[in-house]
Amino acid sequence: MTATANLACKLEGLLGAAHVTTAQEDLFRYPVHEILPSAIARPTSAQEVAEIVRFAMAEKLSVLPAGSRSKLNIGRPPYRYDIAIDMSGLRQLVHYDPGDLTLSADAGMTLKALQQELGEKRQFVPLSVPFLGQTTIGGTIASGVDSSLRLLYGSARDFLIGAEFVDGKGAICKSGGRVVKNVTGYDLHKLLIGSLGTLAVITRLNFRTYPLSEAFASHVVVFPSADGALGFRSILENLGLPLSNLEVMNPEFALTFAQVLGTVSASVPAAFDRGGWIVYSSWEGNSSVVNRIRTDMENCERQFQSAQPQPLDGSQDRVLRDLFREAVPLLYTSFPHSVILRIVHHRLSKTALQQFSEIASKENLLNRLLLRPAGVSYLALTAANDLPNGSEVLSRAVSAAIAVLLQNGATYSLLQAPSQMMAQSNLWGPQSADVSLMNRVKHAFDPNNLFAPGRLAGGF
Amino acid sequence: MSQLSATTRSSLLVELKALLGADNVLSERSDLLLYEFDGSVVKGQPEIVVFPRTTEEVSRIVKLAARFQVPIVGRGAGTGLSGGALARSGGLMIVFARMNEILEIDLENRRAVVQPGVVNLDITRAVEHAGYYYAPDPSSQKSCTIGGNVAENSGGPHTLAYGITTNHVTALELVLPDGEIVRIGSKQGDAPGYDLCGLFVGSEGTLALVTEITLKLSRKAEAVKTLLAIYDSVEDASQTVVDITARGITPAACEMIDGWTLVAIEDYIHAGFPRDSAAILLLEVEGLRESVAEQASAIEDVCRLHKAREVRVAKDDRERDLLWKGRKNAFGAMGRLAPCNYVLDAVIPRSKLPQALRRIQEIGQLHGLGIGNIFHAGDGNLHPLVLYDPRKPRDFETAIAVAEEIVRYCVEIGGALTGEHGVGMEKSELMPLLFNDADFDLMRRIHDAFNPDSSLNPGKIFPLSKGCGEIRTRPKSQQVVHS
Repeated sequence: MTATANLACKLEGLLGAAHVTTAQEDLFRYPVHEILPSAIARPTSAQEVAEIVRFAMAEKLSVLPAGSRSKLNIGRPPYRYDIAIDMSGLRQLVHYDPGDLTLSADAGMTLKALQQELGEKRQFVPLSVPFLGQTTIGGTIASGVDSSLRLLYGSARDFLIGAEFVDGKGAICKSGGRVVKNVTGYDLHKLLIGSLGTLAVITRLNFRTYPLSEAFASHVVVFPSADGALGFRSILENLGLPLSNLEVMNPEFALTFAQVLGTVSASVPAAFDRGGWIVYSSWEGNSSVVNRIRTDMENCERQFQSAQPQPLDGSQDRVLRDLFREAVPLLYTSFPHSVILRIVHHRLSKTALQQFSEIASKENLLNRLLLRPAGVSYLALTAANDLPNGSEVLSRAVSAAIAVLLQNGATYSLLQAPSQMMAQSNLWGPQSADVSLMNRVKHAFDPNNLFAPGRLAGGF
Repeated sequence: MSQLSATTRSSLLVELKALLGADNVLSERSDLLLYEFDGSVVKGQPEIVVFPRTTEEVSRIVKLAARFQVPIVGRGAGTGLSGGALARSGGLMIVFARMNEILEIDLENRRAVVQPGVVNLDITRAVEHAGYYYAPDPSSQKSCTIGGNVAENSGGPHTLAYGITTNHVTALELVLPDGEIVRIGSKQGDAPGYDLCGLFVGSEGTLALVTEITLKLSRKAEAVKTLLAIYDSVEDASQTVVDITARGITPAACEMIDGWTLVAIEDYIHAGFPRDSAAILLLEVEGLRESVAEQASAIEDVCRLHKAREVRVAKDDRERDLLWKGRKNAFGAMGRLAPCNYVLDAVIPRSKLPQALRRIQEIGQLHGLGIGNIFHAGDGNLHPLVLYDPRKPRDFETAIAVAEEIVRYCVEIGGALTGEHGVGMEKSELMPLLFNDADFDLMRRIHDAFNPDSSLNPGKIFPLSKGCGEIRTRPKSQQVVHS
């Protein structure tokens, strides 16, 4: 019996033959940077997940949880990848108290299915994240992807109130609870956000829910230069309006957007084709609040002679909102020869933005930039498919961009890059002292290093 | 409870005085008495108290303590309500009161960098001229320190809309039990990797000592309205809260006070609360003018639907401040009702508020003790005040039994042990109500990853009893005091 057949046989003993596969065509659906697992296990309960982990511990195998597999390429290639745990069999909304605005749902439930159930009570979880049509709530939390509503509602750490998960010893553990305010014990569930499956297999998540707003509106304005766009954004921030989103994109990103918009909407807002800097904002609330913000926005806009407003019709409002939610994957699904940096800095200077542009220009690369709210930006450097030594050029340009970031005191993570570059990267730049503390956390959760070893910086 | 031998104590004192100066070291029994209490009903006396002024001094103190194998507990203002800042095992207490500088205010990016001994309200005072404030507002905010808030993950009335301390901390400087100084998080927040700030905030001083905190500043709302809804029945008031929550109305604050507690507060503060009601709700809405007007109107409708006999709106800032003064100083008024009270902290699903309040009264009646209620109704964070007289035989023991019964009930209906006061030594033996052996095993591994010798704040959070399968009798080492 081959090692793979032996593995399959043992897993089938735990889960039943219907819940295990080693067929090559199935394995090809679970790649992490082109690395395939040896087997796929499909548990249907937290107890089965725990059994798989205990089995992996006994056999010294590594495991990596997967939801809809939309974000498996975030992070580095793992050192080992033996068993993919497909969590899609755990997909129940197990508790929902609309009167308390709290819920508990299995990790494999899709976010879309969850939002649909909550929508019946005019509620939602403010996770407006990429791949909304397919992503699971477990994958959303484990990948730590940004929500386009974080300006108004905060990030997942602000409304994830508890979790159940299987730790590296194969025990089912919990943290937090199902109440909106709780300081009982360590907040271990917060550690799971963005952990990329390296700490535990998330089996259940508890969220606070929010009422759906009565009305929604958005606004697009074009500026011929970064100066105007950044100045407008700054004034909007200082107005203190409760915006749900406020983003700035450079002309190259706007053109990409226009191309994609053209495939989903017959009437592409002309703004995105003009070769200017785009400022997009959206807001929600009752109709009087929405109208008030619109008035303030228009008054603010009049202070800028160079501002070119883009009136939107109702359908464009919705299309744009959905596209901004998906903006980051757009960068790499449309242009695979890209390196994408997620940058955290309270306010990148105009000089830094100019430097990015010069770096790209020098290397004949496309420079797409998206400045999101709450200090998060995305820089995508893209090589043309036929660029000679494309990987080498990209690598050189990224090093130069990172040098600019470090000079500016920014933190960053490498979100997307060719697999070889990902494997060689430490993801987060110079190792800071807190990486040693993170290593302690990793070891406490996963003492045998079973979970996605090497997927995060520092080798954990 | 003395842990240190006379030789160790003497040698350690010499070195601490050399490091900090004699004025920053206390060791006389009469001086130490002050530090054996906090706001809870438990106590524990340190053997030496020190007052560092810099992170470097903290680090050197910690290294000294490690060398002498002396346990350490950090303390801010000592206003905590769970015994978190008490020296359960004796040893060395590091009081951060003299590390009280606001190091940086960055209004453009809405951040403040502060030392742990800064008083909560002083941050708001430092930035309010520019239209900003620090959102978490514990009732003790005039005296509690940010370091203590970070340790306990403190809340307050306005955390209903704006979140508790963890939602407002983006970076920390820590001193680990071996004296190493480490920075975690980033000024902006959202640093790559595991959310270490999320772990350390609320860890009750059991993982590290916090020596610098980067906080978010919030912008003052354009408009505020404060409403006082007056009821003839507690049931109607609590049904109002359930209905407001279920309708998706999120006030900035939603506080409830029951009738006999109100009388005591009114006698003490003269806040304008009614003397003849069964309960009041103190509600506040904030935001854009349009939003505030609409929300206030919706809330008023819900209050009247549930038979509020009167809904008053504060006419101006003076009236609003007076109402909040009444709420935030309410605990101080309880001395008018009984010689002592035990302030509980537990959380329940908000949809179960009416039944929980009924049950709490039943428990009090069953045991013959009065229970007042002043609490954050909007987020289901109960604060029953169990009234007792320590001069009466077994009254205190009965109060403890009542408290445990209430907490057990809250957990049974889907709640949690503590919403903002922390576990400390007060509730460590009740932790098995929520957590099983596997949960404790992981929490212990996290604890040991940072504090392997339990030299930092020993005897907190984790139950002292060996097994987790049942709640043990309160350990004798846990001394109690009548507040």
